[in-house]
Amino acid sequence: MDKPVNNRAWWLVAPVFAIVAFSAIIPIMTVVNYSVQDTFGNNQFFWNGLGWFQELLDPSTELGGRFFDALWRNLLFSGIILAIQVPLGILVALSMPRDGWRVAATLVLMALPLLIPWNVVGTIWQVFARADIGLLGYGLNALGIPYNYTGDTLSAWITIVVMDVWHWTSLVALLCYAGLKSIPDAYYQAARIDGASRWAVFTTIQLPKMKRVLLIAVLLRFMDSFMIYTEPFVLTGGGPGNATTFLSIDLVKLALGQFDLGKAAAMSLVYNLIVLALCWVFYTVMTHSGSERPEQGSAA
Amino acid sequence: MASITLDHLAHAYRPDPRDPQDYALKEINHVWRQGGAYALLGPSGCGKTTLLNIISGLVTPTQGRILFDGKDVTNLPTEARNIAQVFQFPVVYDTMTVRENLAFPLKNRHLPREAIAKRVEEIASRLDMTRVLDRKASNLTADAKQKISLGRGLVRSDVAAILFDEPLTVIDPHLKWQLRSTLKELHRALDLTMIYVTHDQTEALTFADTVVVMHDGAVVQTGTPEELFERPAHTFVGHFIGSPGMNVLPVRVDGATAHIGDVAVRLARAYPALPAGEKIELGVRPEFATLARAGTGLPVRVKRIDDIGRARIARVEIAGHAAAAMVPDGLALDGDRAGLALETRQIHIYAGGVLVPGEGGVG
Ligand SMILES: Nc1ncnc2c1ncn2[C@@H]1O[C@H](COP(=O)(O)OP(=O)(O)OP(=O)(O)O)[C@@H](O)[C@H]1O
Ligand SMILES: [Mg+2]
Repeated sequence: MDKPVNNRAWWLVAPVFAIVAFSAIIPIMTVVNYSVQDTFGNNQFFWNGLGWFQELLDPSTELGGRFFDALWRNLLFSGIILAIQVPLGILVALSMPRDGWRVAATLVLMALPLLIPWNVVGTIWQVFARADIGLLGYGLNALGIPYNYTGDTLSAWITIVVMDVWHWTSLVALLCYAGLKSIPDAYYQAARIDGASRWAVFTTIQLPKMKRVLLIAVLLRFMDSFMIYTEPFVLTGGGPGNATTFLSIDLVKLALGQFDLGKAAAMSLVYNLIVLALCWVFYTVMTHSGSERPEQGSAA
Repeated sequence: MASITLDHLAHAYRPDPRDPQDYALKEINHVWRQGGAYALLGPSGCGKTTLLNIISGLVTPTQGRILFDGKDVTNLPTEARNIAQVFQFPVVYDTMTVRENLAFPLKNRHLPREAIAKRVEEIASRLDMTRVLDRKASNLTADAKQKISLGRGLVRSDVAAILFDEPLTVIDPHLKWQLRSTLKELHRALDLTMIYVTHDQTEALTFADTVVVMHDGAVVQTGTPEELFERPAHTFVGHFIGSPGMNVLPVRVDGATAHIGDVAVRLARAYPALPAGEKIELGVRPEFATLARAGTGLPVRVKRIDDIGRARIARVEIAGHAAAAMVPDGLALDGDRAGLALETRQIHIYAGGVLVPGEGGVG
């Protein structure tokens, strides 16, 4: 059985290589290139080695200080977002209708926030929350609750969190709903025969069957919230002070505001690595938690 | 322990059923004896699952009552009935071990922990699953999973009846046989009523003492496998049970003689009062019809002879109607002319598909 060696199939992969090169490798290498150089404008660059990285990872420097402040803000924000959106999404999915015309109606309704562009979401909430003309801001103040997202850190954070919950909980809910729909009726019937309580049905049937979609939901929501930019930029511009200056906002300030290309490049690389590392950790933890998966083949 | 009585039971999935076609299950009266091994046999969509779900309480009937030992349980929820059910596709709780799966129904009923552990061990050894007790249930094969489903029913000591809804559908053929004999053993060892739904006649006839045949939402016959074979109460039963099924030929009956076209057949009984306007048919199983030399018996034309291993079956034409008959060893045919000998006492007459008893008879 001598097969002739034929390498022509590589041509089929070539376009993919080209696309990846232009969309990922070349831009990243440009950033890497900037990150090891310093510039004083005029398109003059000087070799700086790992200098920017050392400064960035040292909280006592100016650059390191603002980097870590922003990083903690990001982590806190993502933590809050996940802690609210995942349970809320599951709860919404559980209470969605299972059949009939109401399914379609609910799905359309739930998909609406997902279809609105990021900057429009920011603008909607910016107007909605304004203390002088916004329904929310004016209403809260009229009720005697002090609320001012441009001046008060807590108000600003609450507004951004609520805005994100409003924008993205549907995504988690829709994913969970798809997971729930895939559970055959026989499971619920068996549970009734086994005398399982509502809670036991949730923990022994629904949650395990939703695990895979939940993993996707958590990953998507984490990445997206960790890289959030447009909505807080439109809503608060990173303020009051630096209270809502997330990494991405800081990065833009650094790169485009101050034109510190070297610092910004180093920061974006580290930012990128953190996102990758955290996603890997999430993925590993969630796929390995409590199950020895592999032997699927023999069953079903 | 309980006998299960179905009293004028009927069910429609539509909210406002009017004519009989709206009912997935037409009115049925039946008693499932304590300790019986029943098979519920019928083609796809005839209402077997519906009936089973009504007995277990997963579906509330539109009409009628269900009694367990005379006690009305029609409105009792599933978990309050002492019934277990095994489904077509194995249901196991993926995150639990086999042991936890088996303990689950008892844990939900708040039994003391030692009692649960003891009972689980006992059932596991009955099902030959002791070795895999601490494995994750999701990693087992389909037949092992199906045994777990069964085990979850058996652990409950109060269970009086186990319902099986085509439990062997997804099991490999060579394991089907094993699992079925496990079921039979369990039935003998434990005093349980078992109702076994299937659309496979071999499965039904090997498993059950009593077979209930359903057709189009109604029970058409209840009886032992022999009764179903020898005296089908409905032409449907004749067709559905047996391979090949019963020969059903349109006839005109005159006293104790039936006429298939211009061929006259002598009958064992007389049928003086056949209902007018109904379609009259003669039914005889191929096993009671033997091919013979031309000139003897009824004249037929042989179309084809099939060798089905244990016997040879002739496909013949009698007065223009197709029929099947056994070919005795050593019969030499010349041309397509042959004779057909029917066992007179095994010939049945049907009016509108329903068996007519006939009168008198020779013994
Ligand atoms: N939940 C339901 N809603 C509406 N109609 C149903 C429902 N379940 C079953 N039916 C209908 O009731 C009839 C009987 O169904 P059933 O499932 O009892 O049949 P079956 O004998 O179990 O068939 P199979 O051998 O395919 O399992 C079918 O016509 C089916 O379409
Ligand atoms: Mg069914």
